[in-house]
Amino acid sequence: MERLADLLLLLVLLFGFLILGTTRLTTCIRAVAVQGGLLGLLPLVLRPQWSVHTLGLAAGTILVKAIVLPWFLIWAIREAAVRREVEPRVGYVASLVLGILAVAVAGAVAVRLPVPGEHPVLLVTTSLACVIMGLQVLATRAKALIQVVGYLMLENGIYVFGLTSLDRVPFLVEVGVLLDVFVGVFIMGIVVFHINREFDSLDSARLTELRD
Amino acid sequence: MLLLALFLVPALGAAGAFARGTRHGGWLVWVAAIHLILVATAWWSPPAAVLDGWLALDPLGLVVLSVVSLLFFVVATYAVGYLRCERTGRGFASWLLAFLATASLVAVSHHLALLWVGMEGTTLALAPLIFQRRDRRSLEAVWKYLVLSSVGIALALLGTFFLSTAQGELSPGVRPLVLEDLVAHAALLHPVWLKAAFVFLLVGYGTKLGLAPMHTWKPDTYGEAPALVGGLMAGGLTSCAFLGIARVTEVAVAAGLGQFVQPPLVIFGLLSLTVAAAFVVGQTDVKRLLAYSSVEHVGLLVLGLGLGGVGVYGSVLHLVNNAVVKGLLFLAVGNAVLVVGPAATAFPSSGGGVLRAVPVSGILLLLGLFAVTGSPPFGMFLSEFTIVRAAWAGGHPWIAGAVLALLAVIFIGVGAMMLGMLYGPVASSGPRARESAWLVAGPAALVVAALALGIAIPGPLQQLLARAATALGGSAP
Repeated sequence: MERLADLLLLLVLLFGFLILGTTRLTTCIRAVAVQGGLLGLLPLVLRPQWSVHTLGLAAGTILVKAIVLPWFLIWAIREAAVRREVEPRVGYVASLVLGILAVAVAGAVAVRLPVPGEHPVLLVTTSLACVIMGLQVLATRAKALIQVVGYLMLENGIYVFGLTSLDRVPFLVEVGVLLDVFVGVFIMGIVVFHINREFDSLDSARLTELRD
Repeated sequence: MLLLALFLVPALGAAGAFARGTRHGGWLVWVAAIHLILVATAWWSPPAAVLDGWLALDPLGLVVLSVVSLLFFVVATYAVGYLRCERTGRGFASWLLAFLATASLVAVSHHLALLWVGMEGTTLALAPLIFQRRDRRSLEAVWKYLVLSSVGIALALLGTFFLSTAQGELSPGVRPLVLEDLVAHAALLHPVWLKAAFVFLLVGYGTKLGLAPMHTWKPDTYGEAPALVGGLMAGGLTSCAFLGIARVTEVAVAAGLGQFVQPPLVIFGLLSLTVAAAFVVGQTDVKRLLAYSSVEHVGLLVLGLGLGGVGVYGSVLHLVNNAVVKGLLFLAVGNAVLVVGPAATAFPSSGGGVLRAVPVSGILLLLGLFAVTGSPPFGMFLSEFTIVRAAWAGGHPWIAGAVLALLAVIFIGVGAMMLGMLYGPVASSGPRARESAWLVAGPAALVVAALALGIAIPGPLQQLLARAATALGGSAP
């Protein structure tokens, strides 16, 4: 089972890189959806003696992160009729290099951190790398919709860290967190939709009217 | 049961308001009144912890709960007058009540992950209220608010998980992430993870609090949100966010990390004061001015917390004052906007003559100006004085001097802009609405409260504040 968990975590990282390196918005959304699905499988693999808790967490995560939210975001861009990112502030190759750096930094931090229990270092590495990549997307991409994807990546990374204390965090709280993420992305999606209608563009770089 | 009711009553109220599609404020006032009665009951007979200690009411939680409930009641009465003048979307009352529900959840959560859920809930509940107008400026404001707050609060979740990791192997009977158990067994917490947790929670909830340099969403959001929403954010949302920081500080201090947590709190506080002073001077929009003033006051909150001793007491007292005064100012400015039009908030470009256009609100605004700048006899004078005294007594005369100098600059900046707006020729051609009793009753009550807090703090409140400060490792004066 350990092998399978490692494989899933590596795939999570690879799909993170796919988001960093792609020009198409739909690919980004699909990639983050796959990431969400992989994350949903992780608790099942890490805790082979399935309980109601792990099953519920897996089902909820897959439903929200891999199905509902991606579907909603794809609907939002179809309405907006935008497909491609226009000239990101940091080029795609540079993004990928930064992503590799993120993994290296996360790995270096993870080995030094006193991770308790039997949890593999790879779990913490993936988590921190995902968090950094998410922040990177939020900081370097102009399109509002890609920033939502970045936020989801960030949230995914935190979720992976949460798996290290899976037995600690009660189910009710997990549901609350998932619900908050869902409502948050939903409201963001609505705002993106209105931004598109008002500005004829999903470009958050054009949101510059308010300043001192 | 009472603790659950505090959360469930407004939540059901929100659902009810949505189902009825209510567009007037009566429903809001009723639910707010019931909530207020529940909070008063909690004062009389402190409720026992429920849900295995996840929900409990300690002195600091009760302070925040009371502040939020009172402010919300005032805002609800104001909303009655507001909704008669302005058309709003269907969900207006529902989202306001959802905020009350989630803010109550934050105040009574002693499980830190549940606290996070409530905190994110407060952020989301107010977001749809910011872009009521659906124009470019409010869209930009809500986008900045959503992205920055969400990222901040996501980091706070990571910090919460770090805290859970810091607990290590749990000895039997210790509940994970429950405040009482964290504090009681603080010595067993892993220091590296605890430090990491503190940093992430401080930055995360600090973003929500609007500490510089994470404050950039604040002027835009406060500037574009309807005034009553701005008042709830500046008075209620900040109190909740401060509670989040206070909780982790309590744990860190109990673990003997006082030396580690105090410098960052003091630095964030001083930086916020400096940024506020720099941007208050020459500000041309009164709502943005109030936003920078809010950056100043949240800076004072964490500064007092970081200084320790009586500073913590000053900080908790300042939390109460801040809610009262910010509510007052935003509602009074809101009246000017309702009567004169949106141009009323801009000065010197278009506004002016507020005192003549809305005489009652103008006078309230004038009193609010002195209250917010910490002039005696208003309450903020006392709390700011206590914080400065703590800096002096703690052997940091340069902090005390810097705070006084920055407060003086802010006084001049706020005074110059608001006096200009109050006096001068009337800008608008004709009034669009009248100051109704509903619109002025709330802010007038808040002026009385701000004065009362400055003249004599009621005994029970004083005891409660002292107990809250002691729990945070401070002391009562």
